[in-house]
Amino acid sequence: MFHDSYMLTALVAGTGIALACGLVGYFLVLRAQVFTGDALSHVAFTGALAALAFGIDLRVGLFASCVLIAVVFGALGRQGRADDVVIGNVFAWVLGLGVFFMTLYTTNQSGSSGSGGNQTVNVLFGSILGLSSGQATVALAIGLAVSLAVLLIARPLLFATLDEAVAGARGVPVRFLGYAFLVLIGVTAGEASQAVGSMLLLGLLAAPAGTALLLTDRPFVGLAVSAVLGVFDVWVGLAVSYFVPNTPTSFWIMAVAAATYAAAVAYSRISRRFPRSTTRPAASVTSVASS
Amino acid sequence: MNPGFSWNLVTDVQWMWSLPSMVNAFRAGLAVALLAGVVGWFMVLRRQSFAGHSIAVTGFPGAAAAVYLGLSATLGYFGFCLGSALVIALLSRGSGTGVGERAHSSALIAVVQAFALALGALFLDLYGGFLSSTSAFLFGDFLGITDEDVLTLVAVALVVLLTMALIGRRLLFASVDPAVASARGVPVRGLNILFLLVLGATVAEVSKFTGSLLVFALLVMPAATAQVLTARPARSLLITIVLGVLVTWFGLAWAYFGNQATGFTITSLAFGCYVLAYAARSARGVLLRPAVTA
Repeated sequence: MFHDSYMLTALVAGTGIALACGLVGYFLVLRAQVFTGDALSHVAFTGALAALAFGIDLRVGLFASCVLIAVVFGALGRQGRADDVVIGNVFAWVLGLGVFFMTLYTTNQSGSSGSGGNQTVNVLFGSILGLSSGQATVALAIGLAVSLAVLLIARPLLFATLDEAVAGARGVPVRFLGYAFLVLIGVTAGEASQAVGSMLLLGLLAAPAGTALLLTDRPFVGLAVSAVLGVFDVWVGLAVSYFVPNTPTSFWIMAVAAATYAAAVAYSRISRRFPRSTTRPAASVTSVASS
Repeated sequence: MNPGFSWNLVTDVQWMWSLPSMVNAFRAGLAVALLAGVVGWFMVLRRQSFAGHSIAVTGFPGAAAAVYLGLSATLGYFGFCLGSALVIALLSRGSGTGVGERAHSSALIAVVQAFALALGALFLDLYGGFLSSTSAFLFGDFLGITDEDVLTLVAVALVVLLTMALIGRRLLFASVDPAVASARGVPVRGLNILFLLVLGATVAEVSKFTGSLLVFALLVMPAATAQVLTARPARSLLITIVLGVLVTWFGLAWAYFGNQATGFTITSLAFGCYVLAYAARSARGVLLRPAVTA
């Protein structure tokens, strides 16, 4: 399997992206900002097609649009967290703009038959197997940098997530952390869109994190579980797609992620029905968050 | 065929409506805006935008699968939208309003959406690429509407609006104050499941015209604009419907004369209204504040 160089580059890029998505995604789910991730995956579509329409590097469009809109979401909301309705309005319109750029791009491309459509599919559903080794190295480097940044702000960010008021009173820069986190989401979204496509980015952000949240209530264990699961999903997905030819890789990655999540849902239902101990844990992540 | 836009609006409209497909587009636009407006208004009020968006997006793999298997796209839209609505409604913990519960249910919604889209990628691949019909599933096709399409649309709209009329009051109560409503004997959880199913049926029907990606704009934008403008339920519901219809009609005309995609024109007009409403409310807040403190 590793004799094929494209598998190796996909694995290198996938690992970096999955690591970043797992770590960022955990906080995304915990902060109930999954909708922001959803919105950014559509923003990525528009950014990429705008870049294609104007003939500039795809990555410039992806990163610029994702980071910019992420910060706009922060500016529109209280303490760097935007309201669902505001997010919904902004990204519905950004998606409309994406359609505009798509029309622009495909009419300009109409001479060469079908390449516009193929590029659109790539933007929507990604082409992890089509990355060059240079792109893969960049993906790994960005993934590791984002992961490091998340780990550096993990403690104060967790505090600010679980109890914003107390964290603020203790001198934690809640607002700044909110923005820093949004920028990290934006960078992750821009990078991941290239590999798995703007439509599947959300799954990579939310599925490992949602699974981790079901399996453990301890935040730092959950963070680690989420990152490991993300990498696991991508590796297994790549391996399966290698052995089942002519199926999109993105599908298998998401299928593995969704299956893992479904297993975790079943596990948490069963373990809630048959509790192992009668004493409840003193302070779990979700119970603190919901109080 | 398209004579271009002149400043004589009467002849413009006459030209536009001389095409049967444009007349059908305007008829469908009316029904679509009405349907999406009413259901979207409750969706925005209940803060279920994310669920609504995910259910809408799952229509795409449904249509792609149906076409791949040789079935009608309508069947695929309804099967997948209602199916995902049911999964989201049944597997969400509790009412899904507490912060901890919201973390779990939003992760669930995200996984449902992402997996559905992955299935869409699979069927697209099996189907042999990004053809114009698959593009229509995502981005809509307002201009290829037949009389038959309009009739089914009206039938679905009648069923949905009748259901909303029957549960409207209780749903409003359950949305605004679930705890008190539950204490008064309103079946909050049952209403949630029913509402998500109605939402699923709505987006399945509307997606046939707007595409899976843009149905969300019609659901959220007019409703959000109206709720910014007024807090009174009946009035804002009315504003939602009127705004939705106007935005759809003007968007269709703009798309026709400007040779743009309807997805772009309709969302741009609706977003413009939302921004104006938001600015108006902020301006009013700034102007009124000194008077209140004085």
